Amino acid sequence: MNPQHSEDAAEPLITSPRWPAALVWLVPLLAALLGASILLQSWLSTGPEISIEFRTANGLEAGKTPVKYKDVTVGTVSDISLSEDGSHVIARVALIKNAASLAFDGTRFWVVRPRVGANGVSGIDTLLSGAYIGVDKGIATKPARHFIGLEQPPVVLGGMPGKSFVLHTDDLGSLDIGSPVYYRRIAVGRVAAYHLAPDGKDVRVQIFIDAPYDRSVSRNTRFWNASGLDVSVNADGFKLKTQSLSTIVAGGVAFATPDYAPGEAAAENAEFELSRDQESAMAAPDGPAHFIQLRFTQALRGLSIGAPVKFLGMDLGRVVSMDLDYDTSRRRFPTIVGILVYPQRLGQVRKKLPDFEGQAQQQAVAFLRSMVAQGLRAQARSGNLLTGQLYISLEFVANAAPVSFDADARPLVLPTVESSLDSLQDQLASVVSKLDRLPIESIGHHLDSTLLNLDQTLVQFNGPLLGETTRTLQQAQRTLSSAQAMFSEDAPMQQEIGQTLQDAQRSFRSLRALSELLSRQPESLLRGLPAAPPASPHAPEAPTP
Amino acid sequence: MRPPRAAELGLIACHCCDLVCEYHPGCEGRPCPRCGSRLQRRRPDAQARAWALLIAGVLLYIPANLLPIVSSSLLGKDDNSTILSSILDFWNGGSWGIALLVFGASVVVPCVKFLALAFLLLSSRRGSTWAGVQRTHLYRLLELFGYWSMLDVMVVAMLAAAVNFPALGEIEPAPGVLFFGAMVIVTMLSTMSFDPRSIWDGDQT
Repeated sequence: MNPQHSEDAAEPLITSPRWPAALVWLVPLLAALLGASILLQSWLSTGPEISIEFRTANGLEAGKTPVKYKDVTVGTVSDISLSEDGSHVIARVALIKNAASLAFDGTRFWVVRPRVGANGVSGIDTLLSGAYIGVDKGIATKPARHFIGLEQPPVVLGGMPGKSFVLHTDDLGSLDIGSPVYYRRIAVGRVAAYHLAPDGKDVRVQIFIDAPYDRSVSRNTRFWNASGLDVSVNADGFKLKTQSLSTIVAGGVAFATPDYAPGEAAAENAEFELSRDQESAMAAPDGPAHFIQLRFTQALRGLSIGAPVKFLGMDLGRVVSMDLDYDTSRRRFPTIVGILVYPQRLGQVRKKLPDFEGQAQQQAVAFLRSMVAQGLRAQARSGNLLTGQLYISLEFVANAAPVSFDADARPLVLPTVESSLDSLQDQLASVVSKLDRLPIESIGHHLDSTLLNLDQTLVQFNGPLLGETTRTLQQAQRTLSSAQAMFSEDAPMQQEIGQTLQDAQRSFRSLRALSELLSRQPESLLRGLPAAPPASPHAPEAPTP
Repeated sequence: MRPPRAAELGLIACHCCDLVCEYHPGCEGRPCPRCGSRLQRRRPDAQARAWALLIAGVLLYIPANLLPIVSSSLLGKDDNSTILSSILDFWNGGSWGIALLVFGASVVVPCVKFLALAFLLLSSRRGSTWAGVQRTHLYRLLELFGYWSMLDVMVVAMLAAAVNFPALGEIEPAPGVLFFGAMVIVTMLSTMSFDPRSIWDGDQT
């Protein structure tokens, strides 16, 4: 330090001290707190990680694809990998904390992508935003980490108001998941699922009816398959029935409750029959069926399984089986036709008939026997002349040949007769065969020789006979022409006749003058004319009075 | 022989107006009699401030990388990008130049800054005299780069201003960019707090 410098140097001013330097450590503390709070927040918001199997990862993107429940993002696909055997893909999803309740079995996952189907278009919003995984919460309470994703979006989401019901049917038809369910042509629900019954004998279709329409389903409600077009031609004309345009393509189910049997509302998951069409659905119940065998000796081309059995025009049942049999004694192949008859379809008249059930069955068989004795016979009749479809008709045939009726045989066998059309066919055939037997060939020969003779005769006639005739005709012509000359205007005979006639005219005129004179002066005949010109000398003598 | 320093001559010079004052203990931190600027031989608590701000910068850099810096919604498709994911997107998309640029500005520069600053602080604290000139160059370089570290923040701000078509496409800054900006500011402050004269303090001989 040099003192001489200090004299020149200025003196620093003295002021109050500044804030303590240690406060600068608040800055990293603040930064640490901020970072920690964010880490804590992200740790707190991390929910369980689950894995979902899909058949394909189409539209999924690791780190991007969101998982949405009720359109709220509840997680993100963090990783997509192939399964070990390569048959499907596994998407790992990191759920957020408050979506942890979704990680329970029963939760369903599916990929929402644009879909165009017969029932409409869905997932249009994902065209631009990309696919996302949709979630529907189930009702199960067992935690799960692994899920199998649905390939189709579920039709019924959990928590939707409404009821589901189960329909039994033989045949699914064109129904599919999502097919609409109609009530009075209003779409009130849809097909949620279908699966084969465990025994494989029928199909169970699960449908979901939205509230408040689910109240319309009562225990007596009838369901029918409204798929496609129902075209019918009957005596009233041509009818075409369909529920809506979309049912033609996508199929559908309709239901109605008969007015005569409103019931209380059906319970959840109640089971119903799904009929083939509206008519059979709304028809009164058929009751128990009776199997009857018919034995036809004629060929039954045109009779098919399911063909109606009619009793006096009423639909009483249907054909269920057709089998060939062999008759060793007559060496024929008769057809055994099995029919099901529903006596309940007879309606009110059954009250007058013996009961076909239970104890009185013998009585019923006896009744049937008496009917057979009166001519009850089965016939295979043509229902449609164009298509040749046959139906079985039970009718009373007049003058039917008596047959024996075995009342103890099971199944019962009803006697049959050939149908009238068949006998008509037989008659036609015999006529044709008689025609066939005619000696058409020899007739032709005879006719030929006859014609030859005729020809020769005509040649003879043409020769000499024709010459004679020509001459005769020429003479006749000459005669006629001379006659014509005689009658012509300038012929002498004509002129003579004219003169003669003029003479006669003159004579008549003088005669008239005479007769007038006589009538005026009759005395002149005796006395002569007084100073009057004398009468014409030519006048004939008038008779004296 | 090295030339004497001001302290050795019992003097202290004002930073602002270059007024040379007589040094005596306790005069440090006092205002300059001419211009009022604070008289100080070294920046007070330079080491502590620089360390504190450097640590704060490192701490802020973590959420800046973890959190998305930009959230875009283009045609209904929402996307949140962090710095690294956007770099990867650029790289995978074939824009290697942009990827490298962003990588340099957002990852390399901050990391190099942290390391270099820590190195400078440590070496000057230990009184090392090693490579004093190079260390001074390094410090100048750090100050220079400091201005450019806001590149990411600028890009996000410009994108957010330019792409703003509701329902069609929107780009909005996400929380990460706040942390990134804070990190850049804090690091710059840290660099400013460092007193490059301390590089030469060990040179006592």
